[in-house]
Amino acid sequence: MAKLLGKLHEEKVFKDPVHRYIHVRDELIWRLIGTREFQRLRRIRQLGTTYLTFHGAEHSRFSHSLGVYEITRRIIDIFQEKKTWDPEKRLLVLSAALLHDVGHGPFSHSFEKVFGVDHEEFSRDIILGDTEVHRVLLQMGEDFPVQVAEVIAKTHRDKLIVSLISSQIDADRMDYLLRDAYFTGVSYGNFDIERILRVMRPTEEGVVIKSSGMHAVEDYIMSRYQMYWQVYFHPVTRSAEVILSKILHRAKELYETGYTFKRELSHFKTLFEGNVSLQDYISLDEGVIHYYFQGWMEEEDKILSDLCHRFIDRKLFKYTEMVSFTDGHLLSSYFTEAGINPKYYLVVDSSSDLPYDFYRPGEKEERLPINLLKPNGDIRELSRESDVVEAISGKRRTDHKLYYPLDLIEAIEDKTLKSKIKEILNR
Amino acid sequence: MFEDHLKVVTLIQEAGEVVGRKKLQKMVYIAKKLNFPFQEKYQFHFYGPYSEELTLKIEELCNMGYIHEVKEKVSGYSQYRYAVNEEGQQLLSTYGAEIEKLGSCVRSMNEQSSRFLELVSTVMYFEKLEKDEIKEKVQTVKAKQKYTEEEMDEAFTYIDSLKSQVQ
Repeated sequence: MAKLLGKLHEEKVFKDPVHRYIHVRDELIWRLIGTREFQRLRRIRQLGTTYLTFHGAEHSRFSHSLGVYEITRRIIDIFQEKKTWDPEKRLLVLSAALLHDVGHGPFSHSFEKVFGVDHEEFSRDIILGDTEVHRVLLQMGEDFPVQVAEVIAKTHRDKLIVSLISSQIDADRMDYLLRDAYFTGVSYGNFDIERILRVMRPTEEGVVIKSSGMHAVEDYIMSRYQMYWQVYFHPVTRSAEVILSKILHRAKELYETGYTFKRELSHFKTLFEGNVSLQDYISLDEGVIHYYFQGWMEEEDKILSDLCHRFIDRKLFKYTEMVSFTDGHLLSSYFTEAGINPKYYLVVDSSSDLPYDFYRPGEKEERLPINLLKPNGDIRELSRESDVVEAISGKRRTDHKLYYPLDLIEAIEDKTLKSKIKEILNR
Repeated sequence: MFEDHLKVVTLIQEAGEVVGRKKLQKMVYIAKKLNFPFQEKYQFHFYGPYSEELTLKIEELCNMGYIHEVKEKVSGYSQYRYAVNEEGQQLLSTYGAEIEKLGSCVRSMNEQSSRFLELVSTVMYFEKLEKDEIKEKVQTVKAKQKYTEEEMDEAFTYIDSLKSQVQ
C-alpha cells in the first residue's frame, strides 16, 4: 500500500512551556494529534493525584505526549546525518513517541489495580482496533499500525528505535522529568537536555552517549532520583491515590452485592462486570470520574460517601511507617471493634525506585544500561566511568507506609481502644 | 492488609526453595497467567515479563523476616535463593490460606530451568497471537537466547499441561 500521507504544506507549531515550540511537519503526525483518542489525553492529568500535593501539577498526558514527540524529533534530526540511522524509520518512531501513552486512562494506576485493566493493552487496542488513530496509521501501509504497537510494547525487532522511547535514557523520561519539574514548581528535575541530545549516537543495539556528555547524563540521573522521592512518591499524593483506589473498590463491591446506586452507572457498569470494551474505555476521562465521585458523596453507603468526600475535599488519610505483620492484624481487629472497616481505612502502600541499573545477566530487572562511546570507539557502561552513578547503581530505595483516617480514630469513644490504636501507630 | 504478600509467601512455601530472582519472577507471572490470584503488575522488559511490584514485595518480606534470601556467587554474577523461614511458616499457619491447585503447578515450574521458564513466560505474554506468530516473536525479542524449535514446542506442550492441571 502506498504511503498516502506526506509533508504538510506549512509547518505547524505548538507553543510549549518546556520545549518552547513543538514542530509538526508531517501530515501523519498532524492527523494523529487530531484524532479523538489522542485529544482525550487532554482530559487526563499526567501526574494523577499529584495536583493535591503540588497544585501546579495540572498538566495533561496530551502535553507530555507532544513533548516526547518533540524530543524524539530533535534526536532524529541529529541522527539523520549519521550513517547508522535509517531515515525510513523516522515516521515509525515519531508515531510511537506521540502515541506511547495513548492507552492511559484517568488515574491509571488505581484503575489498573482495581479493575485489572492494562493501559499498555489499551494502547495496543487503540492502535490496532476500530479507531481514528488506526485509520490514520493505516494510510502509511497495512503493516504500519502493528509496527507502531510493537515499538510501544518494546517487542519490535529494532532495538535502536525501541530504546529511543523506552530505555534508561529515553525521550519519555527526559520529557516527563522536565515537564513534571516545571509544573510542580520544584527545582531539582532540571538537566541539560540540549547537551544530552547533541551527544546521543545511534547503534544497532540502541542509543549510546558520547563520553564527553557523561556529566550531563549524571545530572539527568540525579534529577530522576530526586524527582521520584520528592514528587512521584510523595506520601500525600500516595494518600490520595490510596483513597481513590478504595473508592473504586467500594463502588465495585457494592455493585457486586446488588446495591442500588442513586446515579446511573453507565460508564462504570462494564468495568465492574469485567468486560469493558475499547469504546467504553475511551469514553472515560477525569471529568467523568469526578462527576461520579461527586454523585457518590450523596450515596446512602457511608463508606463510599465518606471516601468520596475525602477525595473531593482533600481530607486525606494520615500516614506512618509500616507496622509489622502482627501489629497490622492487631490494628485491623481494633479498627473492626471500633466500627471502622479496616479493608477501606487501613492501607499499606509501598514505593520503590532503582535510579540506575547496569546489566547483570539473569538477575535484577535486566535493564539495558546506558553506554558511553569513547573517542577510540570503545563502549563503556556508564557506572564504570562515573563515580557519581556508580554510587547509586543497583541500589533500590524503598518506602513503606501505613495510611489511616486520624479523624475517625480521634472520634472513637472507647478511650482504651483509642489509646491501643494510637500506641501502635505512634510506635 | 497483607493478603498479596501472603500469596507470595505461599508460592515460595509450595516451591520449597526458589533459586534465582528471574526464576521467581517468571513463576509468579506464569501462575498469574494461569489465573491464580496474584495481583502484581507485569511489563515486558527487554528480556521478558518483569514485575517491579513483585521485586518490592519480596524485599518487604525479606525485611519483615518471613523470607530468607541468600546471595551467592555463581560463575561471575550474583544469584539469590529464596525460602520461607520459621517466622514465615508461623505466619502462614496463622494467617495463610491454601491456594487450591497452586502447589503442583509451582513445584513443576520450580523443576524447570530459568531459561525455559523465561521462554514459557514470553510465549504466554504473546498468547493472543497465533502459534506461528508467537514463535516468530520469540525469535525476534529473544534472539540472543537462540531458542530452538524443539524448545518452543516443548514450551507450548508445557503450558498445555499446566493449564490442564488447573482446570
